[in-house]
Amino acid sequence: MKKQLVPESSSSRFDLLSEEIVFIILDFLNENPLDKKSFSRVSRSFYAIESRHRKFLKPLRSEHLTKILNRYRFVSTLDLSMCPRITDASLGVISGRCKEMLRSINLSRSKFFSHVGLTNLVMNCGNLVEIDLSNATELKDSAAAAIAGAKNLERLCLARCKSITDIGIGCIAVGCRKLRLLSLKWCLGVADLGVGLIAVKCKEIRSLDLSYLPITSKSLSQILQLQQLEDLVLEGCFGIDDDSLAALKLGCKSLQTLDMSSCQNVSHVGLSSLNSLAECLQQLNLSYGSRVDRALADSLQNLSMLHSVKLDGCQVTCSGLKAIGNWCVSLKELSLSKCMGVTDEGLSSVVTKHKDMKQLDITCCRKITHLSLANITNSCTSLVSLKMESCTSVSAEAFVLIGQRCQFLEELDVTDNEIDDDAGITDSSILAIACGCPGLEMINIAYCEFISDRSLKSLSKCSKLNTLESRGCPLITSSGLAAIAVGCKQLFKLDIKKCRNVDDAGMIPLAHFSQNLKQINLSYSSVTDVGLLSLASISCLQSITILHLEGLTPSGLVAALLACGGLIKVKLHASFKSLLPPLLFEHLDARGCTFQWRAKTFQAELDPKCWKLQLADAE
Amino acid sequence: MDPEERLCADTWTKSSSSSESLKTPPNNTSFNDFNTQQTFSFNNPFGAQISVTSNANNQKQMSDPQESNNTQDWDPRAMLNDLSFLEKKIHQLQDLVHVIVRRRAQSAGQADEILVQQQQLMTADLTSIIVQLISTAGSLLPSVKQTICPESSISQQFGVTNQTAGVSDNVVFQHNNSVNKLEDPSDMTGFFGAEQNCPIEDHEMKSDDDADEGENLPPGFKRDANLRMHMRGHGDEYKTPAALAKPHKESSSEPILIKRYSCPYIGCKRNKDHKKFQPLKTILCVKNHYKRTHCDKTYTCSRCNTKKFSVIADLKTHEKHCGRDKWLCSCGTTFSRKDKLFGHIALFQGHTPAIPVEESKGSAGPSNKVEQLEFKYKSDAPSGCSCRNVMDLEGSGEDPISYFSPLNFETSCIDGFQEFPRPPFEDSESSFSFLLSGSCDYPPKNGRYTGSNDME
Repeated sequence: MKKQLVPESSSSRFDLLSEEIVFIILDFLNENPLDKKSFSRVSRSFYAIESRHRKFLKPLRSEHLTKILNRYRFVSTLDLSMCPRITDASLGVISGRCKEMLRSINLSRSKFFSHVGLTNLVMNCGNLVEIDLSNATELKDSAAAAIAGAKNLERLCLARCKSITDIGIGCIAVGCRKLRLLSLKWCLGVADLGVGLIAVKCKEIRSLDLSYLPITSKSLSQILQLQQLEDLVLEGCFGIDDDSLAALKLGCKSLQTLDMSSCQNVSHVGLSSLNSLAECLQQLNLSYGSRVDRALADSLQNLSMLHSVKLDGCQVTCSGLKAIGNWCVSLKELSLSKCMGVTDEGLSSVVTKHKDMKQLDITCCRKITHLSLANITNSCTSLVSLKMESCTSVSAEAFVLIGQRCQFLEELDVTDNEIDDDAGITDSSILAIACGCPGLEMINIAYCEFISDRSLKSLSKCSKLNTLESRGCPLITSSGLAAIAVGCKQLFKLDIKKCRNVDDAGMIPLAHFSQNLKQINLSYSSVTDVGLLSLASISCLQSITILHLEGLTPSGLVAALLACGGLIKVKLHASFKSLLPPLLFEHLDARGCTFQWRAKTFQAELDPKCWKLQLADAE
Repeated sequence: MDPEERLCADTWTKSSSSSESLKTPPNNTSFNDFNTQQTFSFNNPFGAQISVTSNANNQKQMSDPQESNNTQDWDPRAMLNDLSFLEKKIHQLQDLVHVIVRRRAQSAGQADEILVQQQQLMTADLTSIIVQLISTAGSLLPSVKQTICPESSISQQFGVTNQTAGVSDNVVFQHNNSVNKLEDPSDMTGFFGAEQNCPIEDHEMKSDDDADEGENLPPGFKRDANLRMHMRGHGDEYKTPAALAKPHKESSSEPILIKRYSCPYIGCKRNKDHKKFQPLKTILCVKNHYKRTHCDKTYTCSRCNTKKFSVIADLKTHEKHCGRDKWLCSCGTTFSRKDKLFGHIALFQGHTPAIPVEESKGSAGPSNKVEQLEFKYKSDAPSGCSCRNVMDLEGSGEDPISYFSPLNFETSCIDGFQEFPRPPFEDSESSFSFLLSGSCDYPPKNGRYTGSNDME
């Protein structure tokens, strides 16, 4: 890893290699972002080669933009999603340096630029293929007109650009004829007219996100005439109902993915028309829609290419699940998160038939027991992701089965799985999982009260682990966390809220080893000023949540906030608002950091059983 | 002057009816009366003419309306009553005309004198009904009440003329045309009135009128074809090919002198000396044409401050949709509806929606409306009568008389004005528009429509 060890004299041997070969070597140095940094530090020539090699740039601070763009002259992809303070001036710098090299730019999360900067960018960077303007809520139609100047644009994301109307979309439709991907999610000013014009003018469209737009069948019929359309998202389009689906005459042969979640006006009657409308459909999302019963399952059984179905939050019947089990297709993904009515019988009939299942989400299916888990692990051995938060009727031994049978598992969510007073998940379960699933990347063991440092030490063997959530595990201490920090270098998200025994001793190894950490939650832990300040050495740290830290003083907090230069989001208790100097807020705000204030009172004793009982009553 | 007068009278009788014995005493007098007016008018171009007509008609009634004007308030119930009364009267009128038609058919062989007597009786009835009609219609709107008076007086004078003049197979048309003809002079006054009317008030009247047109009043039609289409709904007798045929044809079986007018501006295409002379159809056309092409554009749109007009009616037409056509294409075409704009863009390659300069344009619309409302209230206050008088006076002073130096006028345009009395059916379209607005009693608007319809 540390290329500095290569002696200076041997760099001449590297000189014998052509630049292309060094580039190929560099191509393999992508596992850890720090590797390339080390490479460039070897020598002057290495530095120059690395500068020429890099195509992708994701700066964390916009103030260094000029410097890094001077260094990396061949950057074609610029991801500025970490810089919330991109202004027209920054865009001027970018368009001046990158010119025709720039092909993709991500400006999501920034709302400080206007159509002036965009016009500048589009004029100078004629080869732009991709622009992401998500969350630019201030942009108006004039900005859309500026984007319309990018003739080569293929991918455009305008999610949450609420001020853009049909007129702006009309400009884009006319100007960007090569568009392949377009996201208009939450663009509330856009309706049938704008979407219809997109369908008329941009014949190359492959992917279209129209979530929450007030569109009706009028533009839907035009969209389905797009010959290349593969991915269509219609989440929360309340204007689409059974009648409008039934009225559609021409189907879209190319459509592969359809998201109709939260379309509350669509029932099995309308869905049955999908058989003719989208016969090549592969992925279907019907979350938060109508009841999943036999009629609905039967209406979809002719979709012969289907391999992914999401039914989150739907009322599910046993006969409906059985009918899904009888489909002739083999599902790879099934999501039944928060579905009422999922039983052992229904779920078992599905998983025993669909043996190729890779992703299964059974969050909050409280009725399933050991039996279901046995069936899942037995038949779906290639499972990659299993989410089973709050499956409170599954016994401890069942989790051992996961470790024994699902060796490809990468994601596991076992949040809050404990049966009343008996032990739910224990250290032995986690031990089995950590040993059996070496590829584990994400694990959530929140509120599993019986988990101790032993579990963390075993999990530290999973070197690919990047997300660990162990909220509300009172037995975990700093030594367990230190093991994780040493073993799991990829860690970028850590949640140790309500781990009362974690203190500054845990933060110091974390600050030293976990240089990829981006997000951390320390609320209710025993961390003090010292621990928080030590975290400042993690340069890419963006989001911290520090509520109810007893050892935290205002001065320590100020020091930490000033030291963490990359912070974007800080969640703090409202009492600090008056204790910190106002000038500090101005300074941090100028750096692009936002504060979220919480005024909740300190909860001394955690009592999960209380709300669990309430939930049981509600059901 | 005498020969001209006779010429006019001749054309009138010839074109109006097939019967040769129409020259009953009341007829003759009215003709004379009418013709004297015309002769006056052609001697004194535009402005002067108004004063003559308005004098002839207004002088006697001037006192009455002023008194009655201020006292009455507008009462919707009374209006409803008036409307139903109007309906009744129109039916009565129709019946009468039916009777006339029948009689005429029966009495083909009868002696002329008996016929004449019968017709006199009929026309007396008709006249009274028409007078009632017009006065009731006028009472519908208090603010313009006094304008009725001249018309009713005309109708008393000319009622007979109308009746005898246009007897034809098509009863409905007969009726409409007669009213038109009858009110032609006031039509003119209306037009000139509109000229001098202040823009605000006129605008208000228009919008007011728009609201009333569809709901309360019996349907009026700008074009005779529209009326014929409408009449089909009233029974099978209106669906026959004869009833649906253009009324022009029937009357034009008689030899009619087609009058055309020439622009006094030498070198103009509308001037008769021009190689490719394109004549103007009516005197109004001459007036509007002259103002549009040879005069300064003095009226500026108060909303957009860019468009200028020399004819105030054009300004009104523009103001009606100025600012409302906010959907703009890159090619410069404006649309009043967004979907029309998008249809246009979908159709053509390379056209894009144009972004308005200031994005917050939405606030401009409502504020305009408020202004309009305010104007409306203001203009309700003054009595229309006094307004009218002022208008007329100003009209005589300010009208384009200055542009027509007498010499110039006589040499270039004399034959045009000679034929001022129009042939009965020649421009029935504009006349219908008058009927429509006449029933609401809106001289300014009426004038405007006549102007715009007569446009070359």
